[in-house]
Amino acid sequence: MKDIYTGDLVRLAAVEPEEFGKVFTRWNQDSEFMRLLNGEAIRLNSVVANKKWIEKELEEQSPGLYPFSIRTLVTDQLIGDLILDVSSWNHREAFVGISISERENWGRGYGTDAMKMLLRYAFTEVNLRRVALAVFEYNPRAIRSYEKAGFRHEGRLRKFLNREGRRWDMLFMSVLREEWMEQNQECLH
Amino acid sequence: MEKTMFDIIATPLFEGQDIRLGPMDHEKDPVVESKWTHDAHFMRMFELEPARPLSAAILKKQYEKLEKQVEEEKSLYPFTTRAREDDRLIGKALIQWIEWTNGNAFLRLGIGSGEDRRKGYGSQVLRLLLRFAFAELNLYRVTANVQEYNDGAIALLKKFGFVEEVRRRQGLERDGRRWDLLVFGLLNDEWRNQAQA
Amino acid sequence: MRDLFRGDLVCLASEEPETSSKAEILWQPDSEFLRLSDNEAASILSEKKIREFFEKRAENGPKPGSYLFSIRTLKEGKPIGFLGLRVNLIHRDSLVGIGIGDRDFWGKGYSTDAMKLCLGYAFTELNLHRVSLGLHEYNPRALRSYEKAGFRLEGRTRKDLTREGTRFDSFWMGILREEWLQ
Repeated sequence: MKDIYTGDLVRLAAVEPEEFGKVFTRWNQDSEFMRLLNGEAIRLNSVVANKKWIEKELEEQSPGLYPFSIRTLVTDQLIGDLILDVSSWNHREAFVGISISERENWGRGYGTDAMKMLLRYAFTEVNLRRVALAVFEYNPRAIRSYEKAGFRHEGRLRKFLNREGRRWDMLFMSVLREEWMEQNQECLH
Repeated sequence: MEKTMFDIIATPLFEGQDIRLGPMDHEKDPVVESKWTHDAHFMRMFELEPARPLSAAILKKQYEKLEKQVEEEKSLYPFTTRAREDDRLIGKALIQWIEWTNGNAFLRLGIGSGEDRRKGYGSQVLRLLLRFAFAELNLYRVTANVQEYNDGAIALLKKFGFVEEVRRRQGLERDGRRWDLLVFGLLNDEWRNQAQA
Repeated sequence: MRDLFRGDLVCLASEEPETSSKAEILWQPDSEFLRLSDNEAASILSEKKIREFFEKRAENGPKPGSYLFSIRTLKEGKPIGFLGLRVNLIHRDSLVGIGIGDRDFWGKGYSTDAMKLCLGYAFTELNLHRVSLGLHEYNPRALRSYEKAGFRLEGRTRKDLTREGTRFDSFWMGILREEWLQ
């Protein structure tokens, strides 16, 4: 069977709280990055606070949380993170969240590569039926990346976000197992 | 006759025609709610998680956890729905996942016993809930998730002007087949225009 | 949709810790019941210990991988046994344990009826792929009941249990979603 953690440009690895705390605190201060990632008002958290947060997430070991760090194959640099959150075991659906830090890493296919691996993991390891995500209207780069990875549009929550004095929609997208299987026949075995 | 601002402020937030919104009663309510959880039909309409019967003891603990959550997270407003006549527990209603900076939240409501359904209580509850969300919490929009098979809830939401915004395809699997999960939304000014109509 | 919790003879419920304790205390002295349902050495626990167990369980609340039910008679709502499903969330397999503690209800179809409800729940609410169970070689009544419910014998672990100076096998059975749907 193929190595599910290694892609063409990046690999998925474990999240190390020590490293993550430091690195994320840096990314945290890039407000554009945070606004693309998060709907909540941004907080500037200390290294201690960020480390504690990620440790708590990992510790909770709630059976449905699968966090990964994204590292480039070439330099093994930590450039982002990815999380698969099984929102419902009986309906077998999970939500995915991804972030690629630092502007120089944007638009280079890292996100799409990581997402492809994540989908493979979700469908062939966690045996899910659906992988879904929510993305903000003002993040067209991400929307294109998700479309490339096979996600389909399902609608939008109108004016869900309030930022910079105007309202923005939040889009829902998803991939179904059957769709992914069809698109990825050569990936299996 | 035009209502003055004083009249509007004075209009009760929690009183409907036959029902009212009330607090949890930790002693009495778990016993009643436990019966509802033994009714698979109710659970499948109200819950997305697997239906499961729960004892009053388990529910009592959940009430405690819920109130703790209310205090800590400040993003949650739980209500019970009670008969005005005798304060009997009729159902539950919830405003949750409130994002204050974005002014949005999710709504849930359910009438527990079969005998209390089809009496218009759902409408009364939703009317109160919407007023609370828009005129007291000052939210900009509210969202509700509803199962494709839940005709009653869909009709109720549409009656109040909710718009179907997202269709989560095959989001649910129940009773041997797949169903879509629909997401409906209502904006403050949409509600306001209707409330006046 | 199917009525998940009501069968022909029994219904599935969640008991108050008080009720569960009282029932367990009634059934406990019946060592045959204990030996049929469990591998642990039959033991007598104090009422206090039993009550603490059920109160602790209520306090911890329901968990996503574990589904516990009380089996009650449909007619009088009398608790007569228990049913537990432990789920492997990723592989959609589960292990079921069932026991009718009240002797008056042995051999009359109550267990089979409860198991029917259990399978309906497993396959149409939890959406599992299979349900597994283990039983003792010396429990032919259970074997028949499970076969009636659709389980197939898949194997045996030889002589893994010792009781009354004799070694017994454990039987392992399973039912697949496809089989049950037919």
